[in-house]
Amino acid sequence: MLVFMFDGTFEGLLTAVFDAYSRKSFPDAIVREGAVLPMFCDECHEVIADAEKSDRVWRDLGRKLSAAALSAVVTSFLCELPDYDITLFRYICRAVNSPVSIESDFSDPDVVEVTKMVRRVSYEAMRVKQFLRFQKAADGTYFALMEPLYNVLSMAVGHFVDRFSTMTFVIYDKRRGYGYYYDGHEVRCVTMPDTLPHIATGRLDESMMDADEKLFQDMWRTYFKAIAIKERMNPRKQRQDMPVRFWKYLTEKNG
Amino acid sequence: MTEATLNKLKILAEAAKYDVSCSSSGTVRRGRKGDGVGNTVGGVGICHSFADDGRCISLLKVMLTNVCMYDCAYCINRRSNDVPRATLSVSELVELTMEFYRRNYIEGLFLSSGVVRNPDYTMERLVRVAQDLRTVHRFNGYIHLKSIPGASRELVSRAGLYADRMSVNIEIPNETSLKYLAPEKDFRSVYEPMGFIRQGVLENKEDRRKFRSAPRFVPAGQSTQMIVGASPEHDRDILRLSSAFYSMPTMRRVYYSGYVPVNTYDARLPMLKQPPLVRENRLYQADWLMRFYKFTADEIVDDSHPDLELEIDPKLSWALRHPEFFPVDVNRADYEAILRIPGVGVKSATLIVNARRFRRLNSEHLRKIGVVMKRARYFITCGELEAPCVADVSPDYVRRKLTAPSGKSSGDNPLQLTIDFGS
Repeated sequence: MLVFMFDGTFEGLLTAVFDAYSRKSFPDAIVREGAVLPMFCDECHEVIADAEKSDRVWRDLGRKLSAAALSAVVTSFLCELPDYDITLFRYICRAVNSPVSIESDFSDPDVVEVTKMVRRVSYEAMRVKQFLRFQKAADGTYFALMEPLYNVLSMAVGHFVDRFSTMTFVIYDKRRGYGYYYDGHEVRCVTMPDTLPHIATGRLDESMMDADEKLFQDMWRTYFKAIAIKERMNPRKQRQDMPVRFWKYLTEKNG
Repeated sequence: MTEATLNKLKILAEAAKYDVSCSSSGTVRRGRKGDGVGNTVGGVGICHSFADDGRCISLLKVMLTNVCMYDCAYCINRRSNDVPRATLSVSELVELTMEFYRRNYIEGLFLSSGVVRNPDYTMERLVRVAQDLRTVHRFNGYIHLKSIPGASRELVSRAGLYADRMSVNIEIPNETSLKYLAPEKDFRSVYEPMGFIRQGVLENKEDRRKFRSAPRFVPAGQSTQMIVGASPEHDRDILRLSSAFYSMPTMRRVYYSGYVPVNTYDARLPMLKQPPLVRENRLYQADWLMRFYKFTADEIVDDSHPDLELEIDPKLSWALRHPEFFPVDVNRADYEAILRIPGVGVKSATLIVNARRFRRLNSEHLRKIGVVMKRARYFITCGELEAPCVADVSPDYVRRKLTAPSGKSSGDNPLQLTIDFGS
């Protein structure tokens, strides 16, 4: 069994495709650096990410797939699931081999898998837009923290910049330890130590809060309770649409 | 902003909660860089939270006041009810909306009101809120305004310049029942403001053809709502009325609200133990069939079947009444026919017509695509499948198969030997 090992970046994956074609041998499994090799591994080829090689694959892919399908390839890669790499690898190879675009061939298991993954990743990005809650700090900065399942913060940040272009805000992904800071003009990627109390708990300390923040949080909680109709209680539907894993950082579900 | 506002918010949110509409969809507007806050995303909108009753919270749904001069039997805010009353000032409501919006709690404002003094006075105040939000605070998010029945045309036209969506609720699907339950209202008082909105939108369309910069008028169209179960109408009457609404050029959504018994003392209303939730759900399914599956109201319900079946969904119900339409060949039939197969949705139907250009599809492909084969197998043929078709076996057989309790919950599995150890 032939195994490719790559560095976990998108360039790395495209380079792996390039290597497979130049070696004329295709891997049975793809692992990320640091992962344990699968059993019965005869040979392990280490892929070294190379901008020129990956660009060539990307350009060739661009000739075979529509813009929507190209963006689907990138989007689904953001799931960062180790098992998914080989599926995407096969999808890219099939797209390159085929004379016509394969993106709508939903009888192919890999195409179906990629389509499903795109749906799951974009759904998670949607949930960031839904369930992110800002808290206003004393200096006027709005702070929000989340732990999305996939690495989708980059897909959501544009939405918040467009919407709140006159505010300064921080959006932080605690699971991956990075976030974005927008100062009213441009977006910067930031990392903060986990030991800071508001990163650890996701909540601003009362000393850091804006004077009115507490009141508006109370108002939102009051509103949240008041809007429910007692005769129609349906906690199952609530958990279905707003999974419990988000409740930790939701203002209305805490305090 | 004080504790007093908090109490008012509580009263007025509770007063507004029986209004179903909460969508923030129908209009796409980019944010303005460096000028105020807000954008709208269009598509399906964004739901920011889900309340304990499972309904989504997208907009700040609140009434400006729950004082009302009308006495409609089905309404919690009727004049003769002894409930706490409150009124928010325009500035309070505007600040509340802005602060909630900045914290990403909401997509915008859904503002309604009880009628005070006269319809124009009330409407004027609603318009003031929207105007303040848009012009003073440069709010660019979603605004849904209720049009008060009986308000003048000038006010509706002004409101339309600030609102994304406007709505007038018809509430009761039959004029006689409406007059019986709400003596001060009739169909004219509902249709008139709907007409104002429609005319405004159509004129605006004409204007924007000439001047591209002309401001948009109610870009997300209008919606309405019907209460289900408070009056004796059949589902047939409700769906015919909805279908008439959908043929209006600007009507985007009709909502159905299962009647929650709020005024139990009123003898004109039926006694219900709990709201008719299943019926409401079936009506929404029928509504979807009309909007996305190209069904007409008369196909879903007719004079011999005036009500939707509660046991099975309306699409399956139609299929069982029309066994001659099946089996549908998924490899040949056109999109409209595939949409009619129970177990196939809009998404899978699109995938099917795309995928079959590459190869013949079999049942395994269909399952991967996401077709619910448990239901669909009685209605399709794909070259290899040996399932009995609904046209060969009787519809009753299929109905029994599909409504039987699932194998997991029932204990009588023929392959499982049950041993009675006595006691």
